[in-house]
Amino acid sequence: MEYFIELFLSGLTRGSIYALIALGYTMVYGIIQLINFAHGEIYMIGAFVAYIVCGVMTIYGFHGVSVLIIAGMLAIIYSCAYGYTLEKVAYRPLRGAPRLSPLISAIGMSIFLQNYVLLAQTSDFLPFPALIPDFEFMEPVAHIIGSAELVILITTLVTMILLTLLIKYTKIGKAMRATQQDMSMARLVGINVDQVISVTFIIGSALAAIGGVLVASYIGQVNFYIGFLAGVKAFTAAVLGGIGSVPGAVIGGLVLGLTESFAAGYISSDYEDVFAFGLLVLILILRPSGIMGRTTKQKV
Amino acid sequence: MKRFSTLLTVLVAVLGLASPSLAADTIKLGVAGPHSGDLAPYGIPAMKAAQLVVKKVNAAGGVLGKQVELLIQDDQCKPEIATNTATKLVTQGVNVVLGHICSGATKAAMGIYKDAKIPVMSPSATNPGLTQSGDYPNFFRTIASDDMQAKIAVDFAIEKLGAKKIAVIHDKGDYGKGFAEFAKKFADESDKVEVVLFEGVTPGAMDYSSIIQKVRREKADVLIFGGYHPEASKLVSQMKRKRMKTAFLSDDGVKDPTFIKVAGAAAEGAYMTGPRDLSSIPLNAAATAEFKAAYGEDPGAFFQEGYSAALALLNAIEKAGSTDYAAVTKALQSQYVDTPVGQIKFDNKGDAEGVGFSVYQVKDGKFIEQK
Repeated sequence: MEYFIELFLSGLTRGSIYALIALGYTMVYGIIQLINFAHGEIYMIGAFVAYIVCGVMTIYGFHGVSVLIIAGMLAIIYSCAYGYTLEKVAYRPLRGAPRLSPLISAIGMSIFLQNYVLLAQTSDFLPFPALIPDFEFMEPVAHIIGSAELVILITTLVTMILLTLLIKYTKIGKAMRATQQDMSMARLVGINVDQVISVTFIIGSALAAIGGVLVASYIGQVNFYIGFLAGVKAFTAAVLGGIGSVPGAVIGGLVLGLTESFAAGYISSDYEDVFAFGLLVLILILRPSGIMGRTTKQKV
Repeated sequence: MKRFSTLLTVLVAVLGLASPSLAADTIKLGVAGPHSGDLAPYGIPAMKAAQLVVKKVNAAGGVLGKQVELLIQDDQCKPEIATNTATKLVTQGVNVVLGHICSGATKAAMGIYKDAKIPVMSPSATNPGLTQSGDYPNFFRTIASDDMQAKIAVDFAIEKLGAKKIAVIHDKGDYGKGFAEFAKKFADESDKVEVVLFEGVTPGAMDYSSIIQKVRREKADVLIFGGYHPEASKLVSQMKRKRMKTAFLSDDGVKDPTFIKVAGAAAEGAYMTGPRDLSSIPLNAAATAEFKAAYGEDPGAFFQEGYSAALALLNAIEKAGSTDYAAVTKALQSQYVDTPVGQIKFDNKGDAEGVGFSVYQVKDGKFIEQK
């Protein structure tokens, strides 16, 4: 039973990170039907910025939680700036173009950002400081759930609640939902659609940056390539949950994380990905639009 | 006219044949390996090593009072060319052969040397089957075989760490999985230890906590990991986070300063195999200096091994007192010789004893060789 709980918690931790990143994919897709392949890179940039800030702050003698908060803040700001610029440079000029053009542009941006970080920073694996301290009160259960996992779970939970509130009750949230339902109609009733799209990218990037900082601090290393695999998994989670649906991305992420964890724990970690993608195929056969997907008219 | 041209051809051919028989009274050391093509950097250092050794030996009066003659042949690391190379060397009457370089080419050529009863010593062919299959009693090598690392790791786990249960994890890559499979094989062969887990992990995955939990559930004393340092860093840090005491033992893909840099405190106490430190062997420094003086650059891959092989072969002929196959083989297996890779002799399968890998442990941010 303890083994089950351990696997469950590790799956939940992994799944909540997938969910954070998947939200970025799904929100963008929901509004402009674009799969933003460069999203994984935004996550990587968030982790890198936090790494650099940590290095600088450590030199000036700051410690622990203060570093985590400031590094996290700066990572979010930087990632948001990247997300905003990305949309402005790579996607907005292609707004009226056929669907395939922005998709290719997204893949191009992904490759560009990866190589940019590779050249501007390094191809090496860099040691990311363990920003999340080991809490005293966690010691008796440290072998089941660590402090880092606890922080990840709480942070993602809080972030998701805030996101839900934002979408449900704020003006911009309403505008986002309206744009998602019908872009030209939203424009007719006076919503600045371009602004809404920019905000969507900014929110998605902020979520990715939070995920990036949490993961980097959890596994203790960053590299220019970490965005790729995380991006693929998060995209899978978004599709699994029903791309375009916000609660779907969360559920998809958790389901994917738990499936991987249990597959590795009870069967074999050789087959971790086999089960994760097998599940995806199965769900898409049974529910072609994902777990929470809406079966609206085909837009693609 | 036709007859005349045939005669000319025959004359040319005869002239070609004449040269080896004229220089009959020498010891003939064949050198075969890639000396052209894209793999040439693997073959040329060994060839140059042989030239350096032969020059030195000849200057000192040769072997058994005879001068040593080098017969150099290019095999381009291709098995189909290697058989031709071998045939050519045999017809030229070689006594011993230094080569070949690539395992595939070596395997292809060995049959020919075996029939001709010529001892062959490779500085670089690491395929385990070359020695362990017992098919080639005339084969020797001055480099450790591919499975040597795994053997040393498993022996270390059993003897020094007192392991009863071993978990083996790899990164699914050729290198890591190869190492892990050999480790599993050696552990299975030993009755002192049980392999409780053998699984692959995806390199670059976000975390390995599930597999770490599994290692703990199986109560493994030692975790043997085949792969490279990025995954190793993640594994050791997650083990530390889960408060596990399982010893971590890995391969030379992990013996990289980045491992210590990234894993930090979690790396402390981790074990890994790595090539033996040769810097304390005097002959190694001498051979490198000799190369630098002759060519003005650092020697390349397999130079030390090539130098050692040339020394070992010529020494064996000297000790045997003749170039007779049985006597030379016996000398290789019984007489120690000082070489740049250490003082070596060969076991009855042809592997050099005491060559290759050691186990290192991370202590205070440094790799310390475990004696």
